[in-house]
Amino acid sequence: MAYSDKVLDHYENPRNVGSFDKNDPSVGTGMVGAPACGDVMKLQIKISDNGMIEDAKFKTYGCGSAIASSSLVTEWLKGKTLDQASEIKNSAIAEELALPPVKIHCSVLAEDAIKAAVADLKSKQK
Amino acid sequence: MKVEKMTMPIYMDYSSTTPVDPRVAEKMIPFITEDFGNPASRSHPYGWTAEKAVETARKEVAKLVNADPREIVWTSGATESNNLAIKGAGNFYSTKGKHIVTLATEHKAVIDAVREMERLGFTTTFLQPEPDGLVNIEKFKAALRPDTVLASVMMVNNEIGVIQDITAIGNICREQNIIFHVDAAQATGKVEIDLEKLPVDLMSFSAHKTYGPKGIGALYVRRKPRIRIEAQIHGGGQERGMRSGTLATHQIVGMGEAFRIAREEMGEENARIKKMQHRLYEGLTEIDETYVNGDLEKRVPHNLNISFNYVEGESLVMAIKGIAVSSGSACTSASLEPSYVLRSLGRSDEMAHSSIRFSIGRFTKEEDIDYTIQLLKDKIGRLRELSPLWEMFQDGVDIDKVEWAAH
Repeated sequence: MAYSDKVLDHYENPRNVGSFDKNDPSVGTGMVGAPACGDVMKLQIKISDNGMIEDAKFKTYGCGSAIASSSLVTEWLKGKTLDQASEIKNSAIAEELALPPVKIHCSVLAEDAIKAAVADLKSKQK
Repeated sequence: MKVEKMTMPIYMDYSSTTPVDPRVAEKMIPFITEDFGNPASRSHPYGWTAEKAVETARKEVAKLVNADPREIVWTSGATESNNLAIKGAGNFYSTKGKHIVTLATEHKAVIDAVREMERLGFTTTFLQPEPDGLVNIEKFKAALRPDTVLASVMMVNNEIGVIQDITAIGNICREQNIIFHVDAAQATGKVEIDLEKLPVDLMSFSAHKTYGPKGIGALYVRRKPRIRIEAQIHGGGQERGMRSGTLATHQIVGMGEAFRIAREEMGEENARIKKMQHRLYEGLTEIDETYVNGDLEKRVPHNLNISFNYVEGESLVMAIKGIAVSSGSACTSASLEPSYVLRSLGRSDEMAHSSIRFSIGRFTKEEDIDYTIQLLKDKIGRLRELSPLWEMFQDGVDIDKVEWAAH
């Protein structure tokens, strides 16, 4: 299968790979997907005192498009508020990476991961 | 569209197809240009020359499997042979019974031909092999019924390379008067086939898995005792009516030459390939959390199928683009389902997603093996650094106990 240059770039040089301490109150963790389906994304966001996402990290088990989708959103998330983060749509991810139709679910998974990470952080802040 | 010349990866996908041996190609060429006659033309030398070449090739194919040349029917490949055997014998003998037994791990050409028979009113049993990929003979026996008319079992599995006990299975079929078909597409030149001894009624062959051209194959149809099949392609009555259509002389010549070379060289060649398989196995299993799929002993030396746990197959294939391999991952298949063969062995979906089939052959060199081992060692490490599952495994989390939201 031929991949777009952007997918290949993120796959070859993934941005922001790693983990934060998931018990840190300023960290929100989203883990979505399932091994049986062939993709699992773990996305973490770290929020600063002023409510902005100051850092994001990911680890992904999945195909090249899944890795690229999660790598891309870690870049997009930095500097956004939680509300702005929640507005990131899978269609924007798919468009940016020029994902073929069979890989759209990878971008859906990335959107789900953002929502899960934001929800986790909000539940910690209550 | 301009296609840039790619640097070609090292070929490790011989179970998908093999290059045509240069000796085979050379033998084929005159039959495209000069000796182009129709082997069915009886009235001039063009036809006679072609017919002679076709019959020489038929002898060569028969010789590799110790059969009578009259038992060889040319087809377009193993897919057609499997279809002809299953539909042809199933329908011919349907008054004796309408139940077919086969394996869940067969090639799609068998599985879907058997499924088509269901549509025609047959009932079917798809037997699950043991976790090592081999058929349990007792379970096979138990699957047979008084109305079982046909059984179809592959000799060598295309994904995991395991060799079934064709003699034992065939003997049971003989005792119960059941027609026995064997798909041997992946077996020729790799395991010895002696149809004088083997209790097999129908056997499918392919040229392009054994260094011959694509688009040609054969079906062995036993003469003693005579097995009858209904033709699936009708027309000029070639191949004694079992398969009409002008014979593709150059393809047939290619298959004959490929099978001749296989017969003469398979002993030495398989010993060499076995050594390389061992080297590959030793090197790759140095990597943590690797699992060989299928029995390692009852297996052709050409195949090594390994699951690299916690790494997804398609991303691994992307990472190792210096070599050409196949994966059991859903993402590499048209159906988006993980390998049904590995699932049939009881492998979990994730292990199927993480599998790579390495298949080596005549032109594989030892340095290719060493390059592959090093490449895998480098890339598995990198992808596991990216893998949340590997992280969980390292932290001692039991991944099977996590409640995943399936999507």
